[in-house]
Amino acid sequence: MVSVVDYGIGNLGSVLNALTEIGEDASLATTPAEIGAAGKILLPGVGAFSEAIENLRHTGLADALAEHVDRGRPLLGICLGMQLICRQSAEDGQHEGLGFVDAQVLRLPSGPNHKVPHMGWSTLELARDSAIARGLQSGSDVYFVHSYYVECNDPSDVIARCMHGISFCAIVGHENVYGLQFHPEKSQEIGLSILKNFADL
Amino acid sequence: MPKKRLIAVLIVRDGKVVQSIRFKHTNVIHSNPVHAIEAFNKWAVDEIVVLNVSRQPDASGHFAEVVSRVSRHCFVPLSVGGWIIDSSIAARLLRSGADKLVLNTAFQDDHDLVHVLSRRYGRQCIVCSMDVKRNAEGETEVMVDRGRRATGKSPLEWLRHTEELGAGEILFNSIDNDGARKGYDLDTLELLCAKSNVPVIAFGGVQTWHHLMQGINAGADAVAAANIFHYTEQATRKAKSYLADHGVDVRVEGRSLV
Repeated sequence: MVSVVDYGIGNLGSVLNALTEIGEDASLATTPAEIGAAGKILLPGVGAFSEAIENLRHTGLADALAEHVDRGRPLLGICLGMQLICRQSAEDGQHEGLGFVDAQVLRLPSGPNHKVPHMGWSTLELARDSAIARGLQSGSDVYFVHSYYVECNDPSDVIARCMHGISFCAIVGHENVYGLQFHPEKSQEIGLSILKNFADL
Repeated sequence: MPKKRLIAVLIVRDGKVVQSIRFKHTNVIHSNPVHAIEAFNKWAVDEIVVLNVSRQPDASGHFAEVVSRVSRHCFVPLSVGGWIIDSSIAARLLRSGADKLVLNTAFQDDHDLVHVLSRRYGRQCIVCSMDVKRNAEGETEVMVDRGRRATGKSPLEWLRHTEELGAGEILFNSIDNDGARKGYDLDTLELLCAKSNVPVIAFGGVQTWHHLMQGINAGADAVAAANIFHYTEQATRKAKSYLADHGVDVRVEGRSLV
């Protein structure tokens, strides 16, 4: 059973479809109580960092997520969700994040061969073994849409990297907290397998 | 640089997948779009576009229902369009599982709508469908409203206009080439790719895998086709292999990890 955090950021359909496809029960968590009762939590996200973190704070979901992590239960952030679990973000000013991972969120530099947003299929390079990346091989392609990236202060938190102008962290993992910069729900078999790994934790 | 993408387009009229020849839609190919998705050999295609070419607006939400059914089988990005005439229809399509919105006539008739949607959902969510046609003077001109109305604008003028309004991607199609099986309108495509700040998808006229290659060589970030994919076994997989064999950096099919 995976609980997907619903904090008013729109399309959760794709994530729910993907969980259904891998045979996992999924429910939406919209209140702190529902997060408190959840086993595994998936934090999706698209849009602006400041708006999303504000939303999580004023609904009390941020505190509930912190308690969930303190209890040692698994949490997976996807795309903006991965950025939200970091200490801070430089998207439109400086913003405090949830701080589950010692990392900051920075703007991707753009260039003629690496346009921003980074949109499309790009290749993962594994940095270390992890339960979430079980069976995953370097060279696998996954689907990205983002303009900001996560830079970890502790290199051992980096599970996989990707190259787009610069090399950035594509999969982060710190104890029971994980993040994916790409969209596993839109990355075919590879993405579904990573979601399955999370569901099986 | 991300991989070059192979995109399958479903042209849907009144809930059925139809063939498109110079923007005329007669033959029904699949009565159920979900079967088409499955026939596309979904593991090879990088993205799916579903366009509603029904003659009437989607007042009843029938097309959104199609999108919803398709999205349950679609684990690649899904772009949808046709009759997005207000923001509530756009919201309904996104709720139904679409990842991107394909807009065409709104770039001519409703600049506010494009602007609002681009700001609300982000530029990457807005695909400009640019249809061109050669006019009586032999000039290539942009058309809207399912190819029926001329804008008087050249493709490059339209590119600047749509990028300013908030397009994050261009789906380029030529009405003269659509269904004509002679490949893309390469001259216009090359011109657009050279000037565009956003990814360009080539579409319209593919009959052979070599045509896809020509689109890549003209500078396209992604190559799309519709009719051809329905009539060949394992079509998208074969197309992908062809591109890979000819040195194009495409996504390699993922091996199952579980």
